[in-house]
Amino acid sequence: MSCLNFNVSHVLSQLNLCQYLPFHRQEIMKWNGWGYSDSRFLFNKKGQAEFTGKRYKLSGMIIPGLKEWFEGTFGANLQHKSPPILNSSAVRPPTLNEAFVEELKSTGVPFSHDAEDRVFRAYGHCVHEIFALREGRIGRVPDLVVWPNCHNDVVKIVELACKHNVCLIPYGGGTSVSSALECPSEETRSIVSLDTSQMNRILWIDEKNLTAHVEAGIVGQDLERLLNESGYCTGHEPDSMEFSSLGGWVATRASGMKKNIYGNIEDLVVHIKMVTPRGVIEKSCQGPRMSTGPDVHHFILGSEGTLGVVTEVTMKIRPMPEYQKYGSVVFPNFEQGVACLREVAKQVTPDFYLIFSSGHALKPQVSSIFTSFLDGLKKIYITKFKGFDPNRLCVATLLFEGNREKVLQHEKQVYDIAAKFGGLAAGEDNGQRGYMLTFVIAYLRDLGMDYYVMGESFETSVPWDRVLDICQNVKARIVHECKERGVQFTPLSTCRVTQTYDAGACVYFYFGFNYRGLSDPVHVYEQVEHAAREEILANGGSLSHHHGVGKLRKEWMSETVSNVGIGMLKSVKDYVDPNNIFGNRNLF
Amino acid sequence: MDSSCLLASLHGSDTLLFADMQHRDPMLQKRDEFEDMLEERRNSSDLRYALRCYTPVLYKGVTPCTAGALKNMVLQSAQIHFVIGQVSNETGRAVDDVQEEASAILEEMAHSLQLSTVRFFAFTLSKVFKTLFRSICVNEEGIQRLQQAIQEHPVVLLPSHRSYMDFLLMSYILYTYDLALPVIAAGMDFMGMKFVGEMLRMSGAFFIRRSFGGDKLYWAVFSEYVKTMLKNGFAPVEFFLEGTRSRTSKSLTPKLGLLNIAMDPFLKGEVFDVHLVPVSISYERILEEALYARELLGVPKPKESTSGLFKARKVLSEDYGSIHVYFGQPVSVRRLSQGKVDRGQFNLTPRHIPKRPSEEIHSFVNDSAYGLVRAQEENMVLKPWVLLASLLLQNHHGDQASGRARGMALDELTEQAVWLRDLSRQYGAFLHWPDHVPPPEVVSSSLSLHRGLVTITEGRVQLASEQAGGPAGPGEPPPVGPEEELLRQAVTVLSCVSYRNQALHVFLRPALLASAVHAASSSSGKQEIFNSFSFLRNMFSNEFILCPGATVQDFEEACFLLVKTGALQVSQQEVVVTERGHRTLAFLTSVLDPFLQGYQVVCRFLSEEANEALTEKQFVPTVRKFIIKRLLAGRLRYTEVLSSDLQKNALAALLRLGAVRKIKGAEPGTLKVNKVMVHSLEDALGGNLPTQKPAAVARL
Repeated sequence: MSCLNFNVSHVLSQLNLCQYLPFHRQEIMKWNGWGYSDSRFLFNKKGQAEFTGKRYKLSGMIIPGLKEWFEGTFGANLQHKSPPILNSSAVRPPTLNEAFVEELKSTGVPFSHDAEDRVFRAYGHCVHEIFALREGRIGRVPDLVVWPNCHNDVVKIVELACKHNVCLIPYGGGTSVSSALECPSEETRSIVSLDTSQMNRILWIDEKNLTAHVEAGIVGQDLERLLNESGYCTGHEPDSMEFSSLGGWVATRASGMKKNIYGNIEDLVVHIKMVTPRGVIEKSCQGPRMSTGPDVHHFILGSEGTLGVVTEVTMKIRPMPEYQKYGSVVFPNFEQGVACLREVAKQVTPDFYLIFSSGHALKPQVSSIFTSFLDGLKKIYITKFKGFDPNRLCVATLLFEGNREKVLQHEKQVYDIAAKFGGLAAGEDNGQRGYMLTFVIAYLRDLGMDYYVMGESFETSVPWDRVLDICQNVKARIVHECKERGVQFTPLSTCRVTQTYDAGACVYFYFGFNYRGLSDPVHVYEQVEHAAREEILANGGSLSHHHGVGKLRKEWMSETVSNVGIGMLKSVKDYVDPNNIFGNRNLF
Repeated sequence: MDSSCLLASLHGSDTLLFADMQHRDPMLQKRDEFEDMLEERRNSSDLRYALRCYTPVLYKGVTPCTAGALKNMVLQSAQIHFVIGQVSNETGRAVDDVQEEASAILEEMAHSLQLSTVRFFAFTLSKVFKTLFRSICVNEEGIQRLQQAIQEHPVVLLPSHRSYMDFLLMSYILYTYDLALPVIAAGMDFMGMKFVGEMLRMSGAFFIRRSFGGDKLYWAVFSEYVKTMLKNGFAPVEFFLEGTRSRTSKSLTPKLGLLNIAMDPFLKGEVFDVHLVPVSISYERILEEALYARELLGVPKPKESTSGLFKARKVLSEDYGSIHVYFGQPVSVRRLSQGKVDRGQFNLTPRHIPKRPSEEIHSFVNDSAYGLVRAQEENMVLKPWVLLASLLLQNHHGDQASGRARGMALDELTEQAVWLRDLSRQYGAFLHWPDHVPPPEVVSSSLSLHRGLVTITEGRVQLASEQAGGPAGPGEPPPVGPEEELLRQAVTVLSCVSYRNQALHVFLRPALLASAVHAASSSSGKQEIFNSFSFLRNMFSNEFILCPGATVQDFEEACFLLVKTGALQVSQQEVVVTERGHRTLAFLTSVLDPFLQGYQVVCRFLSEEANEALTEKQFVPTVRKFIIKRLLAGRLRYTEVLSSDLQKNALAALLRLGAVRKIKGAEPGTLKVNKVMVHSLEDALGGNLPTQKPAAVARL
């Protein structure tokens, strides 16, 4: 690591103290899978499923139902392993722009062209990206990684990039699932990955206005932990919050599971600072709302790294909730569960806005994927005594937070509505388990890949009247397409409603299949996902609720926002970045 | 004449809908074997059969829904609510009042399927069928495919419609094979027969008014009723694409209303798919044979009445041969619509608000409907008699022209029939000709089944001169004049024509090409012949099932068949008739000739006789008089031109082409004739086919 200068090791020692992301993330994180290196699912020598490490509540535990579920759902067999091939030497040497590197050195901003650093930043977490890495197939990767430490560092880097015509790709948490981080194969210039992880400070907290000014490279868990230390929270909790960054949230229009209370990222930001090739864009004040023409924040929100680097954000914060309560409801079927959520959204939400300041959080989600985690007793009770069909029932997990009185009042209201739709309260444990799974579920995919099972989730948003139809049709389309493409085992094709709005809901689809016997499983996967997305669009679903477009979904952008819409976006790009310095080619 | 509008239909490029309809050698078409379902009925108790345990599998295992619950679902649907509100707003009537009306419409419409009635029919129909028919043959593989389809998707059954028998027969078959009983869209005219109407209702029929023009509420109740049954998979929905019974045995131009409704749940994403199953029902002898002929000749059809049906008891003592029912390959609407319809067009308005189908959807449904009718045609079983009828008619006309009625020698007829058998097979006909029986026997047994239509004297066969038309019973006075004589003969001719017509779809495309070649001068190139072909095809697109926009494809298919059978040589530039091709081409041109002449006569009528006051209503009676005159004067030899079906189709074509226009005159439906254009069309049909490439027309 010859080119890392003195500053790096200095900062590194600081990092280790505060548990931030290190420069060399591969030291604590998997480079070809999800999350921390020490945390993973595996089948131990007794054939039991186990989750390793110490970081999660599930860590070190045996998960009894998982093996049966895994084998039963996918037809997977523990005898048939498909371990990753470790081959990081296939990385092509970097194409460096010498003049740029020379001037960069003089700025003192740390950088590296080490192969491992570059490979780590060449991919997100789409199934095809991870699969390729596991197979040791590595395509175009950034030629250089640079770690700015603050806004001014970014200004210098962008200036140099413009001067020397170097391509910049901002890199935050690296949790993209839209091929947004992939280096465009047609890019001939030197590609520099701009890693924001060292811009991770809370610069100030304003308790009078309940805002915090934060550097955009901070990842969700650090932001939440640091704010908690002062008694505050943002309430923004996307499933990826352990690793995803504030800048990434802004750049993709992220959504968190508690959005019903706190709002999505666009509701949470008060002020954004972004460095572009034209210069820095920011508003002149922190007014809570302005009527000053189209909101320029909305050029930045969802720009997916095509216009510049978000460096600092002022965000709303709130006092930590005094009381939290989990809950869950079992419904005889998905249809009734959805009907209940719709009713809750109708009845509780307005009320909810009134008491917004008291900080109630309610986060129901209907799922059928977790049914296997219901404990045995309850299962027997539900199926035998209430006549629920175990293959059709579904669970809604709930989280209430805020002041105790209001929480209890709300809880009652929700359970009363649920009862009208045949829902049975299924306890706090199941609710809590549902939330815990949110964070570990991403690790499950890596386990699958060890045994010829490939899986992915994708999302959409859709009006209420379309929810059931879209679920039914997309699930059926997945099964249908798999059959057409010679997948031998019936795939896992399921869904859940993860967010509710006044006018609709966010729906997640889960698709997994056993790819034994297929010569090109990734291609099959891609075709099926493509077909599923077409089905989503044909059924009135959106191109994406919060994952973004990236390069994976950009073929549908013009039909999504119309040609005029694309023209508007392009003209902004042409003005802000005429030489395509931010050349990741996302969106269009 | 504006020729660009004449050939406007050429613009559409590709209407290939069905995988099995792609251009390929029709002889290679695979068809299933038949089983006779009456055989078991002859060997076991009908009563036990009618009372046996009946447990059909339903769509995704849904539990059946009672007729009452179904009505409630319909009345409570968002669409009905919306339309009731709308009607109430527009008319100022109270919501309750409109609601009441909706409920009454539904009451009048809805089926009330009862298993006991079905069992009653199972019993009686077994008796009746065994008396009337030698066999009822069904392709059991098709039944299996249907069973599979019913479990996986909502299913629509689309039988051909040649007889009243059709829908009872369908239900009878499904009951026999333990399949879910269909609910059937029936015309309101059945309701005239009180008792029978209710019986049919209890066996699954629901009744729709023949016309309900702009009645929003009626349309809403009707479409919601059909959609509710379909998308919940309570029962397969059955209706007749052709809308009514074909009196001519030619397939009728499909009606789109119900098909639109049936596809709607898929297009709006309410179901994953809908499967359409074309069913071809072929009767060796049609029960209504003479009735149809008389109807076409202008003797008004007897109003459907219960007593009328039973008066037809004479029918029961006759031999009607066999019935073949072929359940075709289920057609997935999802697959059909791939790349043709953007389902996203329903994203921006709530789906329960009724909307006129977009241009895109309209043409998709139209193309699909044509494709489905062609799928029905392709699987129609043709009996040897169909070929004999074609040959006898051609001979009859030849005799007529030469003025001597000699008929055909049996052995000559046999020789020609064998020749035609081979030709039709090469063209892909689904011909049931018993190859193990010597041809003379095949011919004589076919003739004997249809003995009412032919006479055999001294080894020569000809069309019977007096027959079915008049119940030539005792007390009937002898014919009084040439006109009655002519009409009497015409009944026989039209009956025969209806059998010949069964084979028309096999010969149609080659016949259009043959006529185009025939009309062309010897120096005509391929492009000129194509232009003539397109002209004819366009002219006759109300007469025959010709998929819109498939001109090039039809031309190529015709070329392929004629080249394959050695009748033509087609090069890049030229089309040449071979030595052995003359016989084939002569036959084919004779197939089309009655229609060419018929359309010419209609044109002649319009340019000579039509006056300012001619209305659409008067058209048929007056053109009929004109034709009778010409037939009697010997200036026209095809008696079949008397068919009102042909006359109406010709008028429809002229209206479509703009040669005749309907104007709002003193009388509604007054016809305004563009005499120049009509004259030039007549001229073209008379042999001066346009060979010039009209502007903006598809080239080969």
